[in-house]
Amino acid sequence: MAVDTSSQSVAKAAGEDVARGRSRGTGNRQGAVKRSLSTHWYAWAMVAPVVIVIGVIIGYPLVRGIWLSLTDANERNVERSIGVNHIPATYEFVGVDNYVDALTGNQFLSTLGWTLVWTVSCVSVTFALGLGLANLLNRRIAGRSVYRMLLILPWAVPGFVSVFAWRFLYNEDNGLLNKILAGGGIDAVPWLNDPTWAKFSVIAVNVWLGVPFMMVALLGGLQSIPGELYEAAEMDGAGALQRFRHITLPGLRSVSTTVILLSTIWTFNMFPVIFLLTRGGPGEATQILVTQAYKFSFEISPRDYAQSSTWGVLILILLMVFAAVYRRVLRKQGEVW
Amino acid sequence: MRRGIAATALVAALGVSLAACGSGDGSTGGGSKGSGELSGTVTWWDTSTVGSEDKVFKKLAEDFTKKHPKVTVKYVNVPFGDAQNKFKNAAQSGSGAPDVIRSEVAWTPDFANLGYLAPLDGTAALKDQDDFLKQAAASTKYDGKTYAVPQVIDSMGVFYNKKIFKEAGVEVPKTIDELKSVSAKIKQKTGKTGLYLRGDDAYWFLSFLYGEGGDMVNAETKTVSIDNPAGVKAFKTVKDLVDSGAAKTDATDGWNNMQTAFKDGKVAMMINGPWAVADTYAGKEFADKANLGIAPVPAGSAGQGAPQGGHNLAVYAGSKNLDASYAFVEYMSSPEVQTQVAKELSLLPTRSSVYGKSDVAMNEMITFFKPVVDKAVERPWIPEGGSLFAPLVTEYTKVLTNQTTPEQGAKTAGESYRKLLKDWK
Repeated sequence: MAVDTSSQSVAKAAGEDVARGRSRGTGNRQGAVKRSLSTHWYAWAMVAPVVIVIGVIIGYPLVRGIWLSLTDANERNVERSIGVNHIPATYEFVGVDNYVDALTGNQFLSTLGWTLVWTVSCVSVTFALGLGLANLLNRRIAGRSVYRMLLILPWAVPGFVSVFAWRFLYNEDNGLLNKILAGGGIDAVPWLNDPTWAKFSVIAVNVWLGVPFMMVALLGGLQSIPGELYEAAEMDGAGALQRFRHITLPGLRSVSTTVILLSTIWTFNMFPVIFLLTRGGPGEATQILVTQAYKFSFEISPRDYAQSSTWGVLILILLMVFAAVYRRVLRKQGEVW
Repeated sequence: MRRGIAATALVAALGVSLAACGSGDGSTGGGSKGSGELSGTVTWWDTSTVGSEDKVFKKLAEDFTKKHPKVTVKYVNVPFGDAQNKFKNAAQSGSGAPDVIRSEVAWTPDFANLGYLAPLDGTAALKDQDDFLKQAAASTKYDGKTYAVPQVIDSMGVFYNKKIFKEAGVEVPKTIDELKSVSAKIKQKTGKTGLYLRGDDAYWFLSFLYGEGGDMVNAETKTVSIDNPAGVKAFKTVKDLVDSGAAKTDATDGWNNMQTAFKDGKVAMMINGPWAVADTYAGKEFADKANLGIAPVPAGSAGQGAPQGGHNLAVYAGSKNLDASYAFVEYMSSPEVQTQVAKELSLLPTRSSVYGKSDVAMNEMITFFKPVVDKAVERPWIPEGGSLFAPLVTEYTKVLTNQTTPEQGAKTAGESYRKLLKDWK
């Protein structure tokens, strides 16, 4: 009855092409290692290539990123090979200077502030809408499968296509949204050109992209709640709201805690929506931590690899702390994931 | 036995994936050895406007094979906005970079400083160097060597819609104050906006900055000047233009919105350069080419100023076909090709000899822009020249969208410059 919230495919469909995957620290016990090697050597042999590949494509960049964040590496002093010329690296170790700069300057903290606002509003709105729609679709209503198809559509469209479509809709002069508003006699809204509207607009697009996943996951959760519980509650005279509060919500908890955690991590790092819609603009109004880190290492010249890695490591630490705290809170409530 | 099969399968799978990785760089060997006849492939990254300029450049580039039948030219159009980044990525990793790149004037010293470009001194690319306009050649030199050949030179002017001006009964504005009154009159008579001012690219801010007597930096005295009173005044000027309704702006998609609005006759003026001419002619408002008027940018309190820009052709230091690339650069900047480009696209040649030709002399856009270019403000040709735009555009957009004051915007931009340019005042 468990719901399959296969994160890979979901991430792809929601337009997050960021390779993700963090080991959860599989602590090996000493004595067990030898025993498991002798009995399960074949399994280990099968796993080895995967472990090696993951080590190369995740472990190495991670370690290198942490190392770069402790140096003053930039485009001018890193190792380069230009045709036959090979220019050696000349950057130096600077200790935690980059971290001190980031945490004492106001750029990191102000970007973090907006990133938190962005994450909390996206996740809460997406969850609320997803839950509402899931409840709707869990009933026997006419044309249910058509609704389902339509509601899953945003998920089926590649992320960058949806974001570009939204950019056209938001266009102040030629966009469809303002044309519709003009029909109603309302002045054009500067969707992406005013800092406040731009913030609203990026959140709206991310919610639009995120709702199908929430809806499908929660719908699965709803269907796993036994119907007898509702019947019994109805017999006891419980109203619709009471049934929702005391049966639906607790019954969904294992699913909803997981999707909220996933969705928080994804939204926090939701690069494509911000980057493709506003590039962090106007000014720096919608810049979140990851898009700013990208800017450091790809948009400014000379590219500042050290600062970019520093921000990357800080993002990683923030998310790890969040996951740990979240997990502890859940465990207190008797949930394990 | 089963074990053997598993191991074989594993090895085979790894082999296949490794082979797939290795085949990515399908490089083109060759070059000229011995015989003197050039051969191989020259990949050229062009950054010209798709839909208008690119067709002409593609054809001209491919015509190179008429002179050197054994050389294949691979034309690739890379959007201008992405090209700098893409080239840096490719050049740094040492694979995937083109042999020749159309490098914006500010990029050239930056690329040269990073070691990505091949010095051209003493090669075929620098034929008849004395013929190049001095200003155009300025950005190709870095640290005593020449790293590029000027391809086109440009500056900015006001493009205006003659029909709208006639309807509103106004003359082309010569100063910022006139610009404001003309815009007001246009709005009153036709309901249209006077000026479209790009808010997402700091290059469009430079005319106003120079007009107030300001500049980003002063390379001679090694001082940052964006945050001096002239800089602040320039920020105030553009903000006032937008706030008063004389100009409209956008923080995203500025280029497309500007071209669409102007081509459809929704705005009466825009500030732009020769690179926009071919695209503008394609608009329905300019089916009759005579409807497009062009004038110097309105003067600020200190006078009239427009930035000098343009593009160079540079050869990638890691090119496998250096000789063919040099010859290609020489060909693309030759008087014949420049004449053709000027005739078909109204882009300004960089060779003084070309201006004497009748095709060029008769082109209205070129006869207009040549004196503008002669007076245009030269930008500092330092490696950081291109880096000055990123902090400036952030502050520029912030000022236009009321997120910061002109004073604060200028101050913040100045601070970023001092961080970028160590030891500058």
